[in-house]
Amino acid sequence: MAIPTIGWSDYLLFDPKGPIAAQQMDLIIWSFLIMMIVVIPVIGMTIWFSVSYSAKKERGDYDPHWEHSNPIEIVVWSIPLLIIIALGIITYKTSFSLDPRQPIQSEKPTMRIQVVAMDWKWLFIYPEQEIATVNELAFPVDTPVEFLITSDTVMNSFFVPQLGSMIYAMAGMENQLHLIADKAGTFRGMSAHYSGFGFSGMKFKAHSQTDQDFETWVNKVKASPTTLSPEVYKQLSVKSKDNKIAHYSSVNPLMFNRIIEKYTGVQNGQ
Amino acid sequence: MANKATIITDPDPIFGKLTWDSIPFHDPVILTVILVVIMVGGGVFGAILYYGKLRYLWDEWLTSVDHKKIGIMYIIAAFIMLIRGFSDALLMRSQQALAVSDTTGVGYLPPEHYDQIFTAHGVIMIFFVAMPLVVGLMNLVVPLQIGARDVAFPFLNSLSFWLFVVGAMLVNASLIVGEFASTGWLAYPPLSGLEYSPWVGVDYWLWALQISGIGTLLSGINFFVTIIRMRAPGMTLMKMPIFTWTSLSANVLIILAFPILTVTITLLTLDRYVGTNFFTNDMGGNQMMYVNLIWAWGHPEVYILILPAFGIFSEVTATFSRKRLFGYTSFIWATVCIMFLSFIVWLHHFFTMGAGASVNAFFGIATMIISIPTGVKIFNWLFTMYKGRVTFDAPMWWTCSFIITFTIGGMTGVMLAIPAANFVLHNSLFLVAHFHNVIIGGALFGYFAGITYWFPKATGFKLDEKLGKWACALWTIGFFMAFMPLYVLGFMGMTRRLNYYDNPAWNDWLLVAGAGALVVMVAIGVQLYQIFASIRDRKLNMDVTGDPWNGRTLEWTTSSPPPFYNFARIPEVKDRDQLAYLKYHNLAFQQPDKYNRIHMPKSTWAGITIAVLSGIMGFAMVWHIWWLAIVSTVAMVGCFIAYNFEKEKDFYVEVDEVEAIENAYFKRMNERPATETNNAPASGATLPIQA
Repeated sequence: MAIPTIGWSDYLLFDPKGPIAAQQMDLIIWSFLIMMIVVIPVIGMTIWFSVSYSAKKERGDYDPHWEHSNPIEIVVWSIPLLIIIALGIITYKTSFSLDPRQPIQSEKPTMRIQVVAMDWKWLFIYPEQEIATVNELAFPVDTPVEFLITSDTVMNSFFVPQLGSMIYAMAGMENQLHLIADKAGTFRGMSAHYSGFGFSGMKFKAHSQTDQDFETWVNKVKASPTTLSPEVYKQLSVKSKDNKIAHYSSVNPLMFNRIIEKYTGVQNGQ
Repeated sequence: MANKATIITDPDPIFGKLTWDSIPFHDPVILTVILVVIMVGGGVFGAILYYGKLRYLWDEWLTSVDHKKIGIMYIIAAFIMLIRGFSDALLMRSQQALAVSDTTGVGYLPPEHYDQIFTAHGVIMIFFVAMPLVVGLMNLVVPLQIGARDVAFPFLNSLSFWLFVVGAMLVNASLIVGEFASTGWLAYPPLSGLEYSPWVGVDYWLWALQISGIGTLLSGINFFVTIIRMRAPGMTLMKMPIFTWTSLSANVLIILAFPILTVTITLLTLDRYVGTNFFTNDMGGNQMMYVNLIWAWGHPEVYILILPAFGIFSEVTATFSRKRLFGYTSFIWATVCIMFLSFIVWLHHFFTMGAGASVNAFFGIATMIISIPTGVKIFNWLFTMYKGRVTFDAPMWWTCSFIITFTIGGMTGVMLAIPAANFVLHNSLFLVAHFHNVIIGGALFGYFAGITYWFPKATGFKLDEKLGKWACALWTIGFFMAFMPLYVLGFMGMTRRLNYYDNPAWNDWLLVAGAGALVVMVAIGVQLYQIFASIRDRKLNMDVTGDPWNGRTLEWTTSSPPPFYNFARIPEVKDRDQLAYLKYHNLAFQQPDKYNRIHMPKSTWAGITIAVLSGIMGFAMVWHIWWLAIVSTVAMVGCFIAYNFEKEKDFYVEVDEVEAIENAYFKRMNERPATETNNAPASGATLPIQA
C-alpha cells in the first residue's frame, strides 16, 4: 500500500462544491471561533490556577472560607449566556435558510431525482428523463436538484459531503433534500447510517457535469440494454454487497411512488 | 457467525433454537476466548474451593446487603467489563487501520463479526461499565455522605446489583452461545426487527438490557428514597454534599427515563416475539417512534452518567484546594437546570430525520442552553482552586485533565447542536469523537477520580499515587491520540461503523488513532497494576484515621473501611462541610462516651437467587425454550413471595459489639505513628460557623 499524500481536497467538509456545503463550512468555522471566546480562557485558567494556587507556593491570599462572589457569578453566567444567545440566533436563522426542504433559488429550473436506499445499494430514478441508475448519480452543474428520498429496506442516510446536508431514507416515507453544485467534478456519496452487513459498500459517485456532458450521460444511460422492469427490480432487491454501477434505459415514472406505497398502502386515491 | 446461515423456524420443544451449531467451534478467535474463559473461570472457582472460601464468599459478599460491599462489587464488575469493552475497541481500531479496499473481505474481521463488535462495544461501555461505575460509587459513598447506615431498601439494592450482573452475563454468554446483535448499540428498527435480524443477537440485546435496566430503575428509586428520607438530622437539602446532590439528580433522571427504556424494549420484544407491528416498515409500524422513544431515554441517560461525575470533581476540587466549593448554590441550580433540560433535547440525536426547520431550531437551541449551566460548573471548579492551596494528588490530576478535555468535548457538542452544521457532521467520526470526548474525558475520568478518592474509604488503604498519576497521564495522552484524529476524519467525510473504506487518505489518521488506543491499553494496564501493587504494599498506605485526604464531608468521620453499621452514632449536621466544621471547632474524631444498640438489615439469599432466575428466564427467552422461561419466571415470583414471608430480615447490634469496634478504631487512631501527618487538620483548613 502506497503512502497516501493527503491534500486539502481530502478534507471534504472544507472543500465544498456547492453553496449549501459552503455555508455549512462557514457555520462550522464560525461556531468554533465564537466558542473559542470561552474555551481558551477556561483552558488558560485551568493551567494558571493549578500553577499559581499550588500549595507549594504558600500564597498569602489563601482563603478557605471564600465561596461566593456576586461579580464572578454574574460573569460566569452571563458570558456563556451571551455566547449562546449569539449562537442561538445563528442556529435559528440557519435552521430555516439551510433547511433541506427549502427549494434553492436559481435561474435554472429545479431538477428532480428520486433516491431509493436498498440492501445494499442506491437506486437513482430520474422521473423526467425516465431513466434509472444504481450507485451512480449525475446532474448538471449550477442546477438545483430536488432529491426525493425513501428506502425499500432499513433506515439509511443519503450523504454527499461536498454538496452539503444528509437526510435519512426511511421506508414508506419520502424525505426531501435540496442541493446544488456550483463546480463540476466527481464527488463521494455514501450512506451515513448503518444499515447492516453490506453497509460499508453503500457508496456511490456523484458527477456534477456541464449541461452538455449531462445530456451525453443521459443518452448513454438510455442506450443501456436493460430497463428497470418489475422483474429487474425484484432481482435488484435481493441483498448484495459492493454493487457495481448499473444503468437502466427506461423506468416507470411512478415506480418511486409504488415503492413507498408498498409500505403505506395506496394513498391520495392515486 | 455460525447462526447467520441457519435460521431455525421450528424450535425444538426442549432446547428451543439451541443446537450444537449455536456454539461457534469453527471460529478460532471465539474458540480461544471460550477456552480462556473456561480456564480463568475454572481457575478462580477452583481456588475458591481449594481455600474453602465459598462459604465466606456467599455469606459476606454474594448475599450481602451492605451498600459498601455492593458498591465494591459493582466497581469490580465494571472493571472486568471495561476490559471486555476495550478489547472490542482494539479490534475495531486494528480492523479500520487495515481495511483500505474497494470491496468487502479485507482486514481480519468480516462485517458479520465486526458489526457485532461495535454493537457490543457501545452496549458494554454504556450499560455495563459506565452505569455500574456510577451506581457503584453512589452505593459506596451516598449513605456515608448523608450519615445513614444503609440504603432505604437493602434487599432491593442487592437485587439491583445482581440483575445488572445477570445482564452483563447475558451479553458475555452471547459471545459463546449464539451471537450478539449487529445493529448498532441502540438497535434501531427496522434493522433490529425480525425481518432484517432474524438471528438471536437482538434477543440477547433485548433481554440483557431489559433485565439490567430494571435493576437500574430499582436502584434509582432506592437511592432517591435514601437521599430524601435518610439524611442525618440537620442535613437540609442545601447542606447536602455536592456528590449526593448530583446523585439525587441522576436518580430523578433514572426514575423518569428508565421506564421509557423498559417500555421501548418491551414494544420491540413484542414485535419480535408475537408479531406486533409497532416499529416495522409496514402494517402501520413507525420506526421514527422508536428513535424518538429510545432517545427520550438516551439523552437523560448521558446526564445520568455525567452528573455524578460533576459531583465527584466538586468534592475532589474542594478537598484538594483546602477550600469550600465556590458557588455551591449556583452549582445546585445549574445541576437542577441540566436535569430538566435533559428531557427536552432528545431530538438533536436525529436532526437528519427530516423534521421541520422550527422543530430543529427549538431542539438545537434547547441543547445549547444546557451548555450555560455546564459552563457555570466549570467556572465553579476553577474558582474553587482560586485562592486555594491546591495539592496535586492523583484525583486532582484527573480533575485538571477532565476540565481541559471536557471543555473541548462540550464545544464540539455545541457545534453538533446547530442543526445546519449537524447535517454534515451527523453519523460521522466527528460525532464519534464528540461523545467519546465527553464520556471518557467527562464521565469516566470522573469515576476514576472518585475511585482514587474513595478507595481508602472502601478498603482502608490508599491507591499508589505515583502509578495513579501515570495512569491519568497515559489515559489523557491516549485519549487525545485516539480521538482527535476522529474529529479530523469527520471533516474528511468518514462516517461511523465502516468495516472497510476505499479512501486511502483516511488511513494515516486511523493509524494514529490506533496508536492512541494502544496508549490507552497501557493506561488500563497501569491501573490494574496499580490496584495489585497497592494491595501488595498496603502497609505503606494505611488509612488509620478514616480521613486520609483531610476531607470535608461526613464519609471521612468514620473509620476506613467503615464498620458495617457506618456510624456508631448518627451525626448531627450543622454545616454542608460538616467535617471541616468539626475540625474548625476541634470537635472532629472525638469518641462519644455512650453507644446505643444499632438496628441493621440481614444478608439475604433472595437478591442473587431471583436475579439468577431472571438470567435463566432471559436465556430461555432468547432461545425460545418456552418451558424453561415459564419455570424460571414462576420460580422468581415464588422466591419473591418466600422472601416476603421471612420473619427475620433484620437484627440488632448490641452495645458491647459496637463499643469493641469503636474502641479498636480510636485506639488505632491514637496510637498511629507520629510520621502519619496527613490526618492532622491543616492550619487554615477551617471555616467559620454558618449563620
